[in-house]
Amino acid sequence: MSTISNSPKAEFRLSMLIYDTRYRSMTIQVVALMAFMLMAAWIINNTAQNLADLGKPIQFGFLTESAQYDINQSLIEYDNQDSHLRASVVGLLNTLLVAVLGCALATVLGVLIGVLRLSTNWLVARIMTVYVEMFRNVPVLLWIVFVMAILIESLPQPRAFRGENPEASMLFGDSVALTNRGFYIPEPLFSRPLGDLSVLGAFNVSLEFLVIVAVLVVSFFVSGVIRKRADRIQNETGIRPTTWYLRLVVIVLPVLAVLIALGFHVGKPELKGFNFQGGIHMRTSLIALWLALSFYTAAFIAEIVRGGILAISRGQSEAAAALGLRPKRIMSLVILPQAMRVIIPPLISQYLNLTKNSSLAIAVGYMDITGTLGGITMNQTGRELECVLLLMLVYLTISLIISLVMNWYNDRVKLVER
Amino acid sequence: MSNLSYVRTEMLGEQSPPGTAIGIVGWLRANLFSNWLNTILTLVSLVFIYQVFAAILPWLIHSSWTANSLQECRAQVDAAYGMAAEGGCWAVIRERYLQLVFGFYPSELYWRPILAFGLTLVALAPILFTALPRKMLWLSPFAPFVVPWLLWGGTVWVPLLVVAGLGLAYVVTRVLSSHVSGLLAVPVAALVAILWWLYAVMPVNDAVTAMIANQRIPDVSADMRDKVEILPGEIAALDAQIAALGQTVGRAEAEKDALVSALEAAETEAARTAVLSAIHELRGPRDALAALEKQRLVRNEELSRARTLLAGLEALPENRTTRETLLAQLANATGAARGDLEARLATVDNRIASVVKEVGRVGLIPVESRRFGGFMLSITIGLVAITASLPIGVMLALGRQSDLLILRAICVGFIEFIRGVPLITLLFVASVLLNYFLPPGTSFDIILRVMIMVTLFASAYMAEVIRGGLAALPKGQYEAADALGLDYWKAQRLIIMPQALKISIPGIVSTFIGVFKDTTLVSIIGLLDPLGLSNAIRANTAWNGIVWELYGFIALMFFVFCFSMSRYSMYLERKLRTGHR
Amino acid sequence: MKKSVILGALTVAGLLAGAAGAATLDDVKARGKLNCGINTGLVGFAAPDANGEWSGFDVAYCRALAGAVLGDPSAIEFVSLTGKTRFTALASGEIDALSRNTTWTLTRDVDLKFTFVGVNYYDGQGFMVPKALGVTSAKELDGATVCIQTGTTTELNLADFFRTNNISYEPVPIETNAEAQQQFLAGACDVYTTDASGLAATRATFENPGDYAILPEIISKEPLGPLVRHGDDGWADIARWTLNALIAAEELGVTSANIDEMAAAPTSNPEINRLLGTEGNMGEMLGLPADWAVKAIKAGGNYGEIFEKYIGETTPVGLARGLNAQWTNGGLMYAPPFR
Repeated sequence: MSTISNSPKAEFRLSMLIYDTRYRSMTIQVVALMAFMLMAAWIINNTAQNLADLGKPIQFGFLTESAQYDINQSLIEYDNQDSHLRASVVGLLNTLLVAVLGCALATVLGVLIGVLRLSTNWLVARIMTVYVEMFRNVPVLLWIVFVMAILIESLPQPRAFRGENPEASMLFGDSVALTNRGFYIPEPLFSRPLGDLSVLGAFNVSLEFLVIVAVLVVSFFVSGVIRKRADRIQNETGIRPTTWYLRLVVIVLPVLAVLIALGFHVGKPELKGFNFQGGIHMRTSLIALWLALSFYTAAFIAEIVRGGILAISRGQSEAAAALGLRPKRIMSLVILPQAMRVIIPPLISQYLNLTKNSSLAIAVGYMDITGTLGGITMNQTGRELECVLLLMLVYLTISLIISLVMNWYNDRVKLVER
Repeated sequence: MSNLSYVRTEMLGEQSPPGTAIGIVGWLRANLFSNWLNTILTLVSLVFIYQVFAAILPWLIHSSWTANSLQECRAQVDAAYGMAAEGGCWAVIRERYLQLVFGFYPSELYWRPILAFGLTLVALAPILFTALPRKMLWLSPFAPFVVPWLLWGGTVWVPLLVVAGLGLAYVVTRVLSSHVSGLLAVPVAALVAILWWLYAVMPVNDAVTAMIANQRIPDVSADMRDKVEILPGEIAALDAQIAALGQTVGRAEAEKDALVSALEAAETEAARTAVLSAIHELRGPRDALAALEKQRLVRNEELSRARTLLAGLEALPENRTTRETLLAQLANATGAARGDLEARLATVDNRIASVVKEVGRVGLIPVESRRFGGFMLSITIGLVAITASLPIGVMLALGRQSDLLILRAICVGFIEFIRGVPLITLLFVASVLLNYFLPPGTSFDIILRVMIMVTLFASAYMAEVIRGGLAALPKGQYEAADALGLDYWKAQRLIIMPQALKISIPGIVSTFIGVFKDTTLVSIIGLLDPLGLSNAIRANTAWNGIVWELYGFIALMFFVFCFSMSRYSMYLERKLRTGHR
Repeated sequence: MKKSVILGALTVAGLLAGAAGAATLDDVKARGKLNCGINTGLVGFAAPDANGEWSGFDVAYCRALAGAVLGDPSAIEFVSLTGKTRFTALASGEIDALSRNTTWTLTRDVDLKFTFVGVNYYDGQGFMVPKALGVTSAKELDGATVCIQTGTTTELNLADFFRTNNISYEPVPIETNAEAQQQFLAGACDVYTTDASGLAATRATFENPGDYAILPEIISKEPLGPLVRHGDDGWADIARWTLNALIAAEELGVTSANIDEMAAAPTSNPEINRLLGTEGNMGEMLGLPADWAVKAIKAGGNYGEIFEKYIGETTPVGLARGLNAQWTNGGLMYAPPFR
């Protein structure tokens, strides 16, 4: 029997590393890896040598030294004797604050403008187009300094509120003051406070706040149970019991009770000395940065929203109408869920952009992490390498978290195709 | 019953639509007042528009164009429109627009950036507009070499030799693929080209320059000697002219100041016209004075260059003999003495080289990149970043799509890292860290470092744009390429990339818009882009305190650039969409 | 080898700036230009005119140095730097000297490894307030909003001052002087604090300078001066003695008007002769031509002339000499002898 010729035993030759597709990919990868590592080693070697020449070995000890500088806005307690690390955390929290505020406002504005751009009202649609083009085509840094300049020049200074016939007066029954040093708004106060809870000995969280949040969580949970029960009854009997008043009571009453028990009242800002005292002070730098970032990002979000709505083919709404759905239901059950799938991923990448753009805070003196760690700390300690690396690491972490959320969402809403 | 018909037997004549549905009224009803919500929206919008214009228009109209300082602007506006008028001081733009556009680029060389950007447009046009003749595409590949040469100057040999490197690579590819194997050809050609650029371009350039320099030395020496003799006289003459004119202008200024204070004291029609005409009459002499001063500046720089060169030329023979002796000593020196000798030799070499380079240069006067500023800086950074990031972006995108695990990991890591950090941190790297990453002693200027970092930044975004283009291609294209038996690179080059790049152009344009807008960030690290320059201008006592006019002008320029590019991108998107149907 | 590769790559681009070597003087001479670091813009100290030419008090020192080293005050490249980028630029060799109202402190000298070559302006941090506030002393500023420029020693001084006096304040950090001025004028801060010279310069350009007062307290010592890198003592000497030559020239009565006459032939004053190189070999010791100081002084005049031209009382900035008068007039300007 003629043997099926043994496939010739593949003898390994060096040239197969290049010509044999089985080995070639391996070769390329090994070469690439080696090149990459050589490059990395080269850079690290250079850096080490340069730093050694300058007498500045890489060390992070400076982070525990006293920062010596003041930060005007801090969400946790901070004074100039605290460490650079704490100053950086203050900066990080400020970054997160403006990012969250910015994303919220940008979304609201963006959706509004995106919808209005599709409006049948010619004038409104044109104004919105002008808005979008104006904001998209001028650099965000310019907008930030612009908004800052407008706020500073157009709002009154605290001194204008003084005297018999003040040039400016407070709004809403002397509870809100808009000045060019920022907005002063009433703050919640408790006459029977519970004190603070120290987290890890690093910063304090007010217990009243925690209690209120806890009560709210429980109330919403109970309200959810009531809704589920109503759903079940509707499924069984076809009649939905009216539950909205019950749910309202469940949510509102406990919170009210807690607030009264804690002695909740509002602290109004008052003009004392050079400035308003009391109340919550939202500084001009925060407001300028917040507004500028929101306005700028809103222009992009508006385009995304408009594109998302236009992307849903007319057939979808016509089909829904043919099924007998009312216009409101068509929007909420057919159009929006589909538009969302188009809108959300670019929307989240706009959130990412906004967060990254918040690093321009330095232009208006808002003390975010670029201003503290990447600004004053870097300048006072002269530790450029360490500071910039840490700064990048922080932003990278924030970005990765946002990306993870996006991927998770994308996986959830992905069309399951055959 | 049957003859009773409810059907009309004759048609009514056509009637014109009701007056409320046609013409302006109809349009207004349909588009502005179709229901109560729209009516409210319209009214709100009208009020809003009125408010905006009421706030801005008077300021725009009551503006001053001819003053030479903010104080004078105020006086001029007061005199022209009454003491209460608030007006823009656009005179600052009139005085500084060239600076805002060109930065500190030597004014006598403005033609170079203009030509360079014109050339860029010509090179881009056939890529951007398919209606143009395809033959124009032959120009495009040369633009990346000619434009930098125009902007930075230097010898003409360098760009030629760099292009020659590409030619060399092509020849090597051709020869290798016909004689040995196609697989090896590309890497070997790339290696040859890189070696050529690293080790042949500069020596060849230096050799040619030295050869030309040796021939030119007597001529140039004589020339420079003439200049050094003549120029001081010219400068002295200019000095005298400036002093004379300066005195006249000074007297006129004093008179004007007196008139202004008179106007402030008592506002009369006569005082107002007097101030206005005084400022108007000052304009001519002032401009003349400024022109003279500019001439003097140019002469001074020329003289400075001539003196340096002459000193170098005179020291040249001596330096050459020193070099010979040093070389002789070096031959039999050891240890510490050797190091010292080498250092001295390097210094002497350096001096000789700087003279030879200057004398033997065939080409343009070099301009250092730190003289770039204003919009020119923004555009240059943007263009360099986009041009350089395109090939890197293509490679990264291919790497990200490839099956090779390690390669993909490296590409994904790079892209996500760059996209995950704000540009400002990368600019910090450029301004404070990049020199640490390079071998000790290397240092190149901040604008170049910024360009490198912005290029890296842009290439990550470019990679994502091109990946989108690759993903949008139907799978059939890849399969068809495989079916034809094309290898990976051929498939990419002939089938995939041409299509993917074509559908990526709108994305590339928006990346460019983004990068161009982001160049304003360089003002934070102290570069004098338009925004940085606006601060420098405000540091001048004459313009201290001016805000809106500068920001407004800069914003307008950015708007014009970005808006036209985004319109182009939209036009392209529409065109591409119809192409697919 | 690797270094040569990267150097090659850079030279190919034709854009290589001079590498930082040990002998700065040789680099500068071979380059034919002095790279001098200055402010991005500060009234009176550094600002570009419409032709792009920089002028100001700090700029004048750069010009004098270029005159001394290269014999040509216009053979100079200005590099504008922010408070943040200035030290890196000097450390990396991008500039040869930094003349950007920089305070001489121990850390900068020792830890950041720079050599301050002297003091060209004795300054101190002060406060400016609108007169309408009715404040007469900085100690009455409890609760005030204070504008400060970041990236300088001022924010540390400010924190120290308020801490020592146990009063509170609200800092408003600002990047540039121009923005600080805008905020201060609009009343977004009650107080503007920076070097007293900067305050005067800023106030001078206000529409109504009389409405603002500079408080008597000077809360810090800010000796401002030019600086160079550690490690090149020869270059530091040149930079130091150029500054001293300007100061000594004023003391000795050498001005840009009479210098040609004085330098033409030895005068009766031996110190002037040594300074101007008509006697002795001071220039040779520094590695410069004999007339180095003549060129330096001719660049913009002696110290007093420079002061009067850019920030003196006849200019809009309007600073009095004060501490910066010659020691013979009760000031601190005291050049060591040229001997």
